[in-house]
Amino acid sequence: MTSILSVKGVNKRFGGLQALGDVNLDVAENSCHAIIGPNGAGKSTLLNVLVGKLIPDSGSVVFDGQSVLGRQPHEINQMGISRVFQTPEIFADLSVMENMLIPCFAKRDGAFKMKAIGAVFGEKDMVQKAKEMLSEVGMLEKRDMIASSMSRGDKRRLEMAMCLVQDPRLLLLDEPTAGMARADTENTIELLKTIRKERGITMAIIEHDMNVVFSLAERITVLAQGTPLVEDIPDNIKGHPKVREAYLGEAQV
Amino acid sequence: MTDQTTQPSVTSPARASKGGMFGLSSKDTTLLLVVFAMVVLAPFILNPFPEGSGLAQFNAGYPDLMQRFVIFGIFAIGFNILFGLTGYLSFGHAAFLGVGSYAAMWSMKLFTLNVIPGILFAVIVAGLFAAAVGFISLRRSGIYFSILTLAFAQMSYALAYSVLTPLTGGETGLQIKNTDNPILSNIPEGEIGRANLFGAQMGNSYEMAVGNWLFTFNLGYYIAAAFMLVAFYLSIRIFRSPFGMMLRAVKSNQQRMNYTGLTPKTYTLYAFIISGMYAGLAGGLMVAMDTQVGPERMFWTASGEVVIMTILGGAGTLIGPVLGAGSIKYMENILSKINKDVLHQWFAFLPDGLEDAVVVFADIFVGKQWHFTLGIVFMLVVIFLPGGLVEGAQRITARFSRKKSSNNTPAE
Amino acid sequence: MDQIIVQILNGLDKGSAYALIALGLTLIFGTLGVVNFAHGALFMMGAFCAVVLSRILNLSHEVTVPGETDFLGNPATKDVPYVYDWFGEAAGASIIDWAVPLAILFSIPIMVALGFAMERGLIKHFYKRPHADQILVTFGLAIVLGEVIKYYFGANPIQTPAPEALSGRVDFGVWLGYGPNAIVYPMWRLVYFFFSAAIIAGVFAFLQFTTFGMVVRAGMADRETVGLLGIDIDKRFTFMFGLAAAVAGLAGVMYAPIVSPAYTMGMDWLVLSFVVVVVGGMGSLPGAVLAGFMLGIIESFASLPAVVDLLPGINQIIIYLVAIAILLTRPRGLMGRKGVMED
Repeated sequence: MTSILSVKGVNKRFGGLQALGDVNLDVAENSCHAIIGPNGAGKSTLLNVLVGKLIPDSGSVVFDGQSVLGRQPHEINQMGISRVFQTPEIFADLSVMENMLIPCFAKRDGAFKMKAIGAVFGEKDMVQKAKEMLSEVGMLEKRDMIASSMSRGDKRRLEMAMCLVQDPRLLLLDEPTAGMARADTENTIELLKTIRKERGITMAIIEHDMNVVFSLAERITVLAQGTPLVEDIPDNIKGHPKVREAYLGEAQV
Repeated sequence: MTDQTTQPSVTSPARASKGGMFGLSSKDTTLLLVVFAMVVLAPFILNPFPEGSGLAQFNAGYPDLMQRFVIFGIFAIGFNILFGLTGYLSFGHAAFLGVGSYAAMWSMKLFTLNVIPGILFAVIVAGLFAAAVGFISLRRSGIYFSILTLAFAQMSYALAYSVLTPLTGGETGLQIKNTDNPILSNIPEGEIGRANLFGAQMGNSYEMAVGNWLFTFNLGYYIAAAFMLVAFYLSIRIFRSPFGMMLRAVKSNQQRMNYTGLTPKTYTLYAFIISGMYAGLAGGLMVAMDTQVGPERMFWTASGEVVIMTILGGAGTLIGPVLGAGSIKYMENILSKINKDVLHQWFAFLPDGLEDAVVVFADIFVGKQWHFTLGIVFMLVVIFLPGGLVEGAQRITARFSRKKSSNNTPAE
Repeated sequence: MDQIIVQILNGLDKGSAYALIALGLTLIFGTLGVVNFAHGALFMMGAFCAVVLSRILNLSHEVTVPGETDFLGNPATKDVPYVYDWFGEAAGASIIDWAVPLAILFSIPIMVALGFAMERGLIKHFYKRPHADQILVTFGLAIVLGEVIKYYFGANPIQTPAPEALSGRVDFGVWLGYGPNAIVYPMWRLVYFFFSAAIIAGVFAFLQFTTFGMVVRAGMADRETVGLLGIDIDKRFTFMFGLAAAVAGLAGVMYAPIVSPAYTMGMDWLVLSFVVVVVGGMGSLPGAVLAGFMLGIIESFASLPAVVDLLPGINQIIIYLVAIAILLTRPRGLMGRKGVMED
């Protein structure tokens, strides 16, 4: 399998703290790769490096043959990486439909285009695309609701739909079930499974919840103290002594 | 839309694209036509009371005031494109108005007394100035953005007052003088030229007397009104366009915009420039109507005024800024004319002691103290009606329609 | 060298006023998280406390002067302030003469009460609303306060002199070893500077050394945690608003002899004090003081004829230029905490 995202020798220090130490990671195309680890393992730092929010001290991050280092978040998105946040980041004051249309326009028109005269809803093909995506996640009938008035689960669903409608080459998920009730977590796992199966989108998940990880991931990297400990298929990660050590070590603290 | 029928009818104004004109939805077309009718018929609408009657002082249908209604309407419509859509609160927009005025003035002094080139020149210069100020100020957001715009405007004011006197006329400002001889206008030696539109002067008016009523139709007003209608139409188009949607996205969540592959700052900068051009248009029109300009036009209280207008009317709504500008200019001109004598006339029916008490109390709110009333009204709006007059109107209609529908449905 | 000292001195009185107003502004922002556009109006209210007190002290009644007649042959009358009756003529006259310093005592309860009323009646309801709303509603309040003053005191500035004994000039240069008349400085401005320094020191000492101040500082750093400790931080914050109002008021009282109070002064000072706060760093008390004095002195140097000849108009815009430069290069201001409204 070819790797779509390749992280090589990435280091990042914050003052005296080594947040990331020599991280190497390859996400294979059309796979679901999970990055797990105890709190403070550097998961979020790594994610922020991938989306351009942080610049590492050394190392390289190559996406689809191009380096992402030094690029702005919006440029990285235009390269084909979409990100789902821990708490849903949506356009809360806008309608669900408008929330969907914005990524559609971003995908077609690029980072900025002055289209100040034609009506939004005159763009039939964009509207069509947004509607198709909404019905895929089962939210079509909610398209005129103001996004902020929806339940948390629906907001999460909407955010995913906003990312997916851009047909990303890589979908980054930052603890997609954090703070969710059990039922919502199950729903989200189902949704992600469906997306994975039907669209074949490459996913990288950062997750704390083992349940989520083992039901989705095809490959898992365990991060501890900023360094990858092991990388393997889920079955081999379960009960791996080093992983247990890392997590139990955390429990003792 | 193709599949509207397949869905239960959930109405959203933006979606109803059928049935309108000028590329607008039918609802927006209605709004535009209502505004058009009101602007064209303003000399009648604003003069409802017969001359010489006690209420005649509430008439606002004289050219000078009507011109101000539409000019400040343009200013507020433009400000609303920035503040109403993106949420960026500029406290320095009067600078663009002032720069536009100076630009139009020089076009008339040097080039031609025809107002059209002057107004266009004002729009262009204000737009360029806004591009420079916006480019720097937009590197920060929130209150820092407000302070940056305020600092730029105050600097422009201070410079226009002092160093730039050769360009701005300093404290006395600029007027058309008998020594001005614009190259494209033939002004006889020693005469003062007047602003005109292809020869027709701004001051030209046609008066129509009907019974005790007197209606004035002024050329200057109709020129300004035409510009205002175009400005209003363009603002509707911007609101409904993908660009307008992006601006609302800026207000809602810049982080998500970034991670959706968009550059919120660029969108905001364009909104800033457009609203600066609207301010320049307003400034140019002011000079076209009344050929003079001074630095006080750029003072920060003038910037505060457009903020108040927009919020009073309803920021982020289409018609709000126009309503806000209208109400404030009406208050400024009509409220400020009421004095104790007038109040005594009104309350003459009350017993003497009570009359005096009422007059003393009412006097706090009118005449020179009209700013007091303005401040109170503004505070009340910010506290209770964040959506401004438009929200107030919506609430009232909602209450009435609820009453109606509850009357129609049998009690359960 | 003496030129430089003169400019520094000239910058001090304006800088003191900037520092005092900015101190209150940043105190309110740091504790309550509110952007108060009515703070300049509080400064103005303070200045008018001085005006009011001096009017009260001058309240007079008419008495006939025995043995004298006016030109119509009627008994001559003159106005005698009541204070003369109560304290005797000499003491009464000096009480009137010292109206402005006395107004310090007079203004404190008024300003604190005004601050409490503002916080409880209005500001309280805006804690959870966006900064833009806070700016707007306090902007409205500033207009209202200004108009109230205009209604009662008219639009013209009202002269409010300093006490005779403090209104002369100090030959400052002699103290520093220069010849006579090298550096002459109005005495009252020197008084103003020391007064401000005392107030600033008082506020810092209060926050530093009292338990109350400690809790407030903790609340400025992390409001939620302090709330979790079961401390009623809201009550203390109301008090802080009163304190900030009193500081602005005192700044205004003592400034009355320097610039005659007028209803526009609130707005005029507000814009500049905001610039000062932003330069110092929103929510930073030492920053506000530092930036206040710094900008006052920079402004005074920019007004030197040599500088103005070189860069015409620079004295008018220097404060704004500094503010823009700071905001663009160091958005949290000179001494602002990291992350406080920083972006």
